Amino acid sequence: MPKATTAGHVSTPAVSPRLLWTALTVVAFMLLITYLVAFDQGAVSQSGMYLHELMHDGRHLLGVPCH
Amino acid sequence: MPLSEGSKAPTFGALLLRGLLAGLIAGLLAGFFAYGFGEPKIDAAIAIEEAASAAQVPSAEAGHEEPLVSRGGQKGGLFLATGLYGAAMGGLLAVAYTLLRRRLRTASDTRAALSLAGAALLGLVLVPYVKYPPNPPAVGDPDTINQRTISYLAIVVIGLVAVWAAVVAKRTQPTEWRQAIAAVTGFVVVVVIGYALLPNINEVPATFPPDLLWSFRLTSLGTQAVMWTVLGLAFAALLSLGRRPATQPEKATAAAA
Repeated sequence: MPKATTAGHVSTPAVSPRLLWTALTVVAFMLLITYLVAFDQGAVSQSGMYLHELMHDGRHLLGVPCH
Repeated sequence: MPLSEGSKAPTFGALLLRGLLAGLIAGLLAGFFAYGFGEPKIDAAIAIEEAASAAQVPSAEAGHEEPLVSRGGQKGGLFLATGLYGAAMGGLLAVAYTLLRRRLRTASDTRAALSLAGAALLGLVLVPYVKYPPNPPAVGDPDTINQRTISYLAIVVIGLVAVWAAVVAKRTQPTEWRQAIAAVTGFVVVVVIGYALLPNINEVPATFPPDLLWSFRLTSLGTQAVMWTVLGLAFAALLSLGRRPATQPEKATAAAA
């Protein structure tokens, strides 16, 4: 913290191993959501092609390769 | 109110929450853009697709296969897709901000948040866009989807590496104009190598109307530009909103003293 007070304010928490693990878990979860939207064809969502078809237009317009 | 509140860093959870919220806002706004400008092009492309398949298979049963999700459902699903995608990108932006904030050589949190979003727009959107421009329905061979997906992911990684190379190259130089040249050179070298190594893909049928292809690609770029611009701005705004109450008591006590 002492470094922080000289800079005026701290805008991020100090990077600790614990924070890194939490961040890594969050990244994995975010990538899973991205995968569901952008690439999944029913293998992960277990909804058959339902979610894939539902988000079809978004995939095209977000620039992801599709069928 | 304790004075220490003013100099305390926000927790990772607080930053993550702001990123997710900013992403949700960005995703929904990008969804509105895509709904207004993109859907008419998708409808037109699907009409071409259906006309082509009806001509190929004249029998009624193949042409009138009941779709899993109706066109109306897909237009609603567009908002689900952009909203989820936006929230995920917002979460990733918050993680990047948390881990990289101290390495970004600026005192301004707003500038830091906007640079990260700008870097993502450049590396994650623009670099892949030029190599593999998005295609409307009716374009693309289903048999090559795996290869196209892998190439797309590769160019996304190369885009991010190119941005990183620009920053690294910039920091090797002492003066501003040399930093600018180094940054551009670092970026271009990585992008050119990536473009040269990855296969070219062009599956647009010769009969597909070029004006429709062009306007679809433009609205796709617009959707992603709205996504990252709003995400950067909203994240920066939420960061500054979250900070204000913490700094005010500090100022108040300073004024009183």
